Amino acid sequence: MEIVLNGAPHPLADGENLQQLIVALELAGKAVAVAVNRQVVPASLWPQRVLQPQDKVDVVRAIGGG
Amino acid sequence: MNLNSTPETGQQDTGLTIAGKTYSSRLLVGSGKYRDLEQTRAATEASGAEIITVAIRRVNIGQDPNAPNLLDVVPPSRYTILPNTAGCYTAADAVYTLQLGRELLNGHKLAKLEVLGDERTLFPNMPETLKAAEALVKDGFDVMVYCSDDPIQARILEEIGCVAVMPLASLIGSGMGILNPWNLSLIIEQAKVPVLVDAGVGTASDAAIAMELGCDGVLMNTAIAGAQDPIRMARAMRLAIEAGREAFLAGRIPKRFAASPSSPMAGRVK
Repeated sequence: MEIVLNGAPHPLADGENLQQLIVALELAGKAVAVAVNRQVVPASLWPQRVLQPQDKVDVVRAIGGG
Repeated sequence: MNLNSTPETGQQDTGLTIAGKTYSSRLLVGSGKYRDLEQTRAATEASGAEIITVAIRRVNIGQDPNAPNLLDVVPPSRYTILPNTAGCYTAADAVYTLQLGRELLNGHKLAKLEVLGDERTLFPNMPETLKAAEALVKDGFDVMVYCSDDPIQARILEEIGCVAVMPLASLIGSGMGILNPWNLSLIIEQAKVPVLVDAGVGTASDAAIAMELGCDGVLMNTAIAGAQDPIRMARAMRLAIEAGREAFLAGRIPKRFAASPSSPMAGRVK
């Protein structure tokens, strides 16, 4: 199936959860925050959140800004 | 009258209190526009700032995940990190961005709100700002809000429950300085929450002027990061904020269109 990850299409196996996605992106343990369809999902709930086709996922970090 | 701004002759400055926490530095800095993370770190340290704003942005998928991170050089253990909504043009985007920022910082509630109305001028869209401020306050955020220097807008933001109002002195990144000290004074006079100049500071005297007017603090980014020697300018700003604050507390002489000799007339040789 396909989700939209940070604005771009991203292929994913059916039934994958957020935790698996973050691990696959090599972002586990990094300072990131995640939202699905504009709802923030705390890290503790990533393993339970199974992704659906066309879910819009945002993975963000802090960068320099004024 | 904002209690934070009441001149206290002969006493130590009690510090800047925002949302119940007191800071000894009245200089807040942004973290953008530096050459690299090391310069960010060094300039922030030289500024003496305790509060530093950061932007929230999507990670680049596929980029090196072990690349150094901003929060490694300005860690939340050492600084109060203030997520901002830079680049947001709608209330919805601003609220969403700060919800992500809060999650990133483990539930930290202090946030900087800005909702822009124009890409060229970066002037705030006040109707969207008010909408976002209401939603954020309702969601439990402590909102420090970038706004126009309109005293009525500032008052409405305070009534909504923002913990600080941050009027622009001039356009973001412009270095034009304090263009309307009169509006700033009106805002300071009526506010019961801290008033911080946010946007437009160019050099040390601008920061000092803001503090002399009675501002509780100043937030700046480009003035430091864009200087030819950012570390040196960070130091200059630190001194300027302190000097301006001391001058305000000291109570200046009034301006009079008349001379007043400093030496006595009696006993002059003739």
